[in-house]
Amino acid sequence: MLDGTDLIYAYDGSFEGLMCCVFESYQRKEIPNIIRPPSVQETLFDTAKRIETDGQKADRVYNSIPMKISPQAQEFVKLGFLTCDPHKEMLIFHFLRLGFKHGGKVMMMLTDDTVCSLQKAVRHLTSESHKFKGFVRFSVYGEVLIAVIEPKNYVLPLLSPHFCDRYRNERFMIYDKTHGMALIFQSQKAELIFVEELTLPDVDSAELEYRRLWKQFYKTIAIEGRNNPRCRMTFMPKRYWSQMTEFDEIIGPTQWQTSLCTPDAQATYKISPDYKVPTKD
Amino acid sequence: MIIDVYNKLTILSDSAKYDVACTSSGVDRKGKFGSIGSAAKAGICHSFSADGRCISLLKVLMTNVCIFDCKYCVNRVSNDIVRVAFTPHELAELTINFYRRNYIEGLFLSSGVIKNPNHTTEQLIKALELLRSVYHFNGYIHVKAIPGADSELITRLGLLADRMSINIELPSQESLTLLAPNKTKESILRPMGLITAKIQENCTDLVKYRHASKFVPAGQSTQLIVGATPDTDHKILTLTEGLYKKYHLKRVFFSAYMPVAENSLLPSMDTKPPLLREHRLYQADWLLRFYGFEAKELLDEQNPNFNLQVDPKCNWALNHLEKFPLEINKAPFEMLLRVPGIGVTSAQRILMARRNSPIDFSGLKKIGVVLKRAQYFITCKGKIMDGLKVTSDGTIRALMADQYKLPSPYPEQLSFFTEPFITREDVQQCLTGQI
Ligand code: SF4
Repeated sequence: MLDGTDLIYAYDGSFEGLMCCVFESYQRKEIPNIIRPPSVQETLFDTAKRIETDGQKADRVYNSIPMKISPQAQEFVKLGFLTCDPHKEMLIFHFLRLGFKHGGKVMMMLTDDTVCSLQKAVRHLTSESHKFKGFVRFSVYGEVLIAVIEPKNYVLPLLSPHFCDRYRNERFMIYDKTHGMALIFQSQKAELIFVEELTLPDVDSAELEYRRLWKQFYKTIAIEGRNNPRCRMTFMPKRYWSQMTEFDEIIGPTQWQTSLCTPDAQATYKISPDYKVPTKD
Repeated sequence: MIIDVYNKLTILSDSAKYDVACTSSGVDRKGKFGSIGSAAKAGICHSFSADGRCISLLKVLMTNVCIFDCKYCVNRVSNDIVRVAFTPHELAELTINFYRRNYIEGLFLSSGVIKNPNHTTEQLIKALELLRSVYHFNGYIHVKAIPGADSELITRLGLLADRMSINIELPSQESLTLLAPNKTKESILRPMGLITAKIQENCTDLVKYRHASKFVPAGQSTQLIVGATPDTDHKILTLTEGLYKKYHLKRVFFSAYMPVAENSLLPSMDTKPPLLREHRLYQADWLLRFYGFEAKELLDEQNPNFNLQVDPKCNWALNHLEKFPLEINKAPFEMLLRVPGIGVTSAQRILMARRNSPIDFSGLKKIGVVLKRAQYFITCKGKIMDGLKVTSDGTIRALMADQYKLPSPYPEQLSFFTEPFITREDVQQCLTGQI
């Protein structure tokens, strides 16, 4: 029998899988000190305990959150799973254990290390997703709008309701290069799919013209006597610039190699595209 | 034709850029089937220009032709510049095409006075009608009301826009007479009052008939120029407070004067814009709107201008040391808000956390409270922070001034946006002008 200090859970990387880890821990009365997604390299003497994903177990844990803790806690945990925090699994795990012990007031335990770290991660996620509502840049290809983003957190599920609502009559795609995922909206339906590579066709002259107009507007609207590059950098760090039209040096076709592919059963983010962001924590 | 639009865009955005309001906030509106666009209450910044300001709206003039002669304005009739005008169609195409690409949150349309105020307003109405009903644009529109236009026209314009503004620009009648000879306090305040009344009337209409069209649902704003005239901060802030109370304005914007003309009545061309002063006014404005301060607590006849070394809230605290230190676990919300370094979000989190268990200094840090300045003004569970040596009020004063030490004799050249502000979370919103 392993002692608690090096108990490792290996799960399939899905939200359901993580819920099953929580289930397992309660059932076996044990506390893992690492919960590992499949992307991590397995070593030869891997002692990790494989946690199978079982929809029923996952549902039991998931459905008990609003009842035993609070509906806000359930939203919070879902958001936590979208963050890029490298320890998000353990944070969510400990948060839920705390919650099952203390009930709804866990959301107010702001001075607790777990709650505080998870909150920080979620704030990072929501603030990044808010930024992208503005920083996403579409290019028009025929009838379709296509944008590429490189976010740190998995923001697509949060961007989906906003863009689908705003561009109701459009067909569009937002490709998340970091996570290899794309949000596709057409005929009033949104879908999140895996995309490994993407090659975009050349843009037409009208598209080039509007890019030129936008760049000109961007340049003109700044007041020279108030130049403040540092302030700009604070609000819009350089990492966003690479996909923004106004910083595109050569206006021309952007090239990525690409092909669309279907979702891989493993490691799917099982959060529906019309997933709603809670308004306030 | 596109080349032409390119030149027009250059000229008409260049002459619109001194209007600092660029917020897209104040109204939540869902998308509509068959239309393009929606609005988000908190506002969305789509980019930041090299001067660090938020770009949210396509900010342009309909035309830079103007029959008025406001001395501080590039478009004044006596200025020898190229004059152009967008057609409503050009403007609509530009807006829609920028909007589809997510460059912008909407349109901010202003105009020079062409022929007369009524004719100008009619042009604006034409452009917005085209955009709303033919192009089915459902995004954000901020439109300028033209001083001197008929009420009926202003009303029609307001039904097409989300926000309307009339810039007061100069904070006193004397300055207006001197620098904007075609405008009077009356010609500005009358339409402002009309808009306020219409908004209120509309609220009752909306209760009565659910489908009454909305009149400027995101409210009204205005702008004041800082530094073109000898008007003091006290005068500007008191006026600002009055505008919030009397006209229920959503925002008052301040614009540091950039010299655009050599005129003996104006600061000389090599004057630097008083950016730090503008910044202090924004901080004070923030205190009025969200921190429960009144203008008279911040400035008076004896001290009519802000201290450039210390922000207004800290300045207030230093003048009221008898109210401190404050016990974090007991102090009411309104008082927490008055502690330098504690912002609205921090104060809310403190309230929430202390309901659960008493907070100590390490807990405060975890909540995200920046203690750098707050530490001098608070106790946790009756204790001051470990290692903090404060012997007298004088010491606190010295310490505060030290944190604000200005490294150059030209405060304007400072990168003061990184100085400690009310709180970091606030500085972002305050400077980007959101909310
Ligand atoms: S009315 Fe407006 S555009 Fe015309 S000169 Fe005065 S400030 Fe400038």
